[in-house]
Amino acid sequence: MNATQRRRLLLNRAILILSTVAAVIGLVFLFWILTTLLIKGLDSIHWRIFTHDLVEKGLRNLIVGQMILAGVASLIGVPLGLLAGIYLREYGLNSAFARFIRNLSDVMMSAPSIVIGVFIYGILVAPVGGFNGWAGSVALAIMMIPIVVSTTDSMLSLVPQELREAGIALGASKAQVILTIVLKAAKIGLVTGILLAFARVVGETAPLLFTSANNDYFTLNMNQQFPSLTVSIYQLATFPDKPSQDLAWAGSVILTALVLLINLTTRYIFRKRKSK
Amino acid sequence: MNLAMETKEFYFTYAGAEAPTLKGIDMPIYANKVTALIGPSGCGKSTLLRSWNRIHDVYPGNRYEGEILLYDKEGNEENILSYSKEDELIRLRQRVGMIFQKPTPFPMSIYDNIAYGLRLAGIKNRSELDGRVEKALKGAAIWNEVKDRLKQSAMGLSGGQQQRLCIARAVALKPELLLFDEPTSALDPISTGAIEELVTELKEEVTIAIVTHNMQQASRVSDYTAFMYLGDLIEFGKTEKIFVNPKEKLTEEYITGRFG
Ligand SMILES: Nc1ncnc2c1ncn2[C@@H]1O[C@H](COP(=O)(O)OP(=O)(O)OP(=O)(O)O)[C@@H](O)[C@H]1O
Ligand SMILES: [Mg+2]
Repeated sequence: MNATQRRRLLLNRAILILSTVAAVIGLVFLFWILTTLLIKGLDSIHWRIFTHDLVEKGLRNLIVGQMILAGVASLIGVPLGLLAGIYLREYGLNSAFARFIRNLSDVMMSAPSIVIGVFIYGILVAPVGGFNGWAGSVALAIMMIPIVVSTTDSMLSLVPQELREAGIALGASKAQVILTIVLKAAKIGLVTGILLAFARVVGETAPLLFTSANNDYFTLNMNQQFPSLTVSIYQLATFPDKPSQDLAWAGSVILTALVLLINLTTRYIFRKRKSK
Repeated sequence: MNLAMETKEFYFTYAGAEAPTLKGIDMPIYANKVTALIGPSGCGKSTLLRSWNRIHDVYPGNRYEGEILLYDKEGNEENILSYSKEDELIRLRQRVGMIFQKPTPFPMSIYDNIAYGLRLAGIKNRSELDGRVEKALKGAAIWNEVKDRLKQSAMGLSGGQQQRLCIARAVALKPELLLFDEPTSALDPISTGAIEELVTELKEEVTIAIVTHNMQQASRVSDYTAFMYLGDLIEFGKTEKIFVNPKEKLTEEYITGRFG
């Protein structure tokens, strides 16, 4: 073995060791978080927290509220995001306007969520005179839109151009090609993007703090303050008494499990496509 | 002999390009014959073929000049370059079909692939659709392979089968002219043979223009051959004539493989 080969081997080993160490550090923290969560949280999870509301030391209204907030956010954010993404890829392409929108969307993606919350407070809470569920959902929707826009944009760009031309060559209009061929071809990627966007906002606290705030009672009325798991965890965790803190841990476990479940579903869907 | 199409003094300029890619093309396409377009890479074969159904219009800013006349069975002509409304272009594409280099099955069932263009053309009746789908698949010599799996995804077919499916899909619309852009360059020899045989059978019903890089293929399937070079049409004539006794020195050099 000559000197060059030895140096390469050494470098190889050094990089292998460094990246392994980095991966181990990441994993250690992840396991630390998960085990702490499970140890502290699992004990506090009883059947009764699913059947009682926060006012009776349960989480029912919070779980339902969180899903409604994120669900309504999806109803607003997903269609807008999809339409904008379709516009960018199928109509705007590289026009100056499309490039501007694309950049704007990227900037929005990294906007601090608390800023979005304060902004919505300014336009949907202060003017109507109180916290309300709609404001919370709109804030979450604003966080979803750039994610859906960017996944839609990139998933549509993976659809081969020949497929669009083949549709046109059979006498389809551009809109028909998009609706009946392109979206179908990109379907799994689009669903993945939507699920990821949902998973991203379902665990958010900051955009809800000044918008939907919180509610101890069960409600489906989004004109009122609206219950959510994340804001409650934040509040309960600051209480000094053990029952409150236990409830916060239980909420954290449930929230983590929920997000994990969505992520795993997404992976499963994506994997299924690859094996097909 | 009847004309199916006639290209006159035709210039084509891509969006943003300074000089035209096609420079004054004049050539006929005869009805119920196979016309091959040959020439070295980049000479403009695809550009010309794609002008004949105005598929270039998918992208903005391209410029056509000259005339491309499309004849119907009665000999009435229309200049397809005068079309500007979307429904005129849709009608054009129903009359002039296209098969691409890579097979382009849609992500749907085999049946729906064939029915796609038919439904767009307004055929909704179930039994009529069934009949037309079967006829098209038989016409493209793929019926026996797929008749038991019409409801399955077309993505599961082999490359050669997918290409014949695409031909069936185009044939289903009963076009007058079918344009093929190197339809076998992504296929194995057996699938290639099947497609070539198909092209020869199809000309009973439909006029065919085919771009190919394969000289044997051009001489096997075509009745007429057009040789292009750097955006010009150098020579057009009967295939035997072009291959055995070309007028132009350039044609001879290309066919004998001295360049290209
Ligand atoms: N979208 C486009 N914009 C600008 N120029 C283009 C475009 N497409 C093709 N060209 C140019 O036009 C010329 C002709 O291209 P064309 O694809 O028609 O050649 P071809 O004969 O089909 O070649 P090949 O045998 O490689 O398919 C080439 O010089 C090519 O670079
Ligand atoms: Mg070409």
